[in-house]
Amino acid sequence: MKLNTTINGVAKILEISPDAYLVDVLRENGCLGVRQACDTGNCGVCTVHLDGRAVLSCVLLAVKAEGREITTIEGVPEAAVAIARCFVAEGADQCGYCTSGTVMNILYLEALVAQPTEAEIMHHLKGNLCRCTGYASQLRAIKAYFAAKAGREDLLPDEAAAKHLENTGATTADNVPGAARPISGEGKVAP
Amino acid sequence: MITVKNVITPSTTAEAFEALQQNRFATLLGGGAFLRMGSKNITTLIDLSRCGLHCITEHDDHWEIGAAVTLGELEQHRELNRQYAGLPAAAVREIVGVQLRNVVTVGASVYARYGFSDLITGLLALPVKVRLHQAGEMPLETFLEQGAGGKDLLEAVIIEKGVCKGGYVSLRKTAGDYALLNAAAAVVNGKLRISVGARPRRAALAHSAMSLLQEAAVTLNESSQMIWTEEVIQQAAETAAGELVFGTNSRSSSAYRQHLCRVLVARVLRACNEGGGRS
Repeated sequence: MKLNTTINGVAKILEISPDAYLVDVLRENGCLGVRQACDTGNCGVCTVHLDGRAVLSCVLLAVKAEGREITTIEGVPEAAVAIARCFVAEGADQCGYCTSGTVMNILYLEALVAQPTEAEIMHHLKGNLCRCTGYASQLRAIKAYFAAKAGREDLLPDEAAAKHLENTGATTADNVPGAARPISGEGKVAP
Repeated sequence: MITVKNVITPSTTAEAFEALQQNRFATLLGGGAFLRMGSKNITTLIDLSRCGLHCITEHDDHWEIGAAVTLGELEQHRELNRQYAGLPAAAVREIVGVQLRNVVTVGASVYARYGFSDLITGLLALPVKVRLHQAGEMPLETFLEQGAGGKDLLEAVIIEKGVCKGGYVSLRKTAGDYALLNAAAAVVNGKLRISVGARPRRAALAHSAMSLLQEAAVTLNESSQMIWTEEVIQQAAETAAGELVFGTNSRSSSAYRQHLCRVLVARVLRACNEGGGRS
């Protein structure tokens, strides 16, 4: 059957199977930033935006995207880089498999709440699991991202500190002079 | 794994209902998340997303929640949640993650009468009716007990308007898991309802506890609020735990659920006393 949809701003007419899930259709059409893991709607790595709302593409039949607009990590390169910088600076990237889904959900949070509280961040990201259990560093990175958005650049790691992190392989802000410190107590974002 | 031969997207509920009746292997597509978990060969999948069921509408004496409204939309609807003391949002906010709640629909969750449902427990504490295409309107409690009486299509959930205070609470082993037990209580227009779900049977009202509290309430003159003493709350929680039936599954034993019921019912009643909100 035919699927008329828009992927990252480009109108597409795709030939799909009626029982195809969106994650498979997107990956078959070059959006390999959309990861696939649990396939049961639990882990969040397959998160994409459908008409601006974060959804799990592994439980969404592709037919539900008919006439709608899909955005994947490939469609938000600048925003993704801004968040990724914070992730790298805080050692939150680790293996990186969950990062694209997490970034898409952070962007959805940003669309809902301009300056979320720590509790709001943790609640919003409950559906993004990280097998490296990098939740504390992710929380620091997300706070740093929103702090930067509020013009509080002093709390963000500067370019030099970020570079130092990359060069030394340091994984926490504590190792890097001038790098961001947690704004307040950290906690797990998800179980 | 599911297999689907054909997908249709009717533009009215009448067309969808007709298609459902014509083919015994036809299946309605709500959010589709629970379909993913099972195995089924579907000849015709009926996608309801074009049937105009995706609105939350305020009327003079009730709210109407279309069957295709997602749990995420229900959670984020400010006015609806303001009027019902945040109970609709509280009932869904612990369900996995925000991305899943943006997929799962109210209609599918209610029509399926899942025992583990958090949403049904929250709705049952409110004066809620469901509107089915063929069977018409019926109280949610009746629908939960009797079902639709055949293949039918849920069009909307209807909540009677009124001054509301309420509370919702659930207990899980880990965040994102199904609840071991959940409970909700709400007073709307002077009538109290207490519901307990994930027993693991589907949610039910604790009628004896409700009667006890209705009689024992102290009504404050200035606000017509019902208030209970701690002693009465404990008595009602004990009554609820005694009148409802609990089962055992991999998450919990019936005895533990019965014990939890005392605790959770007392908590939601205290939340009602305090004026509402999430317990």
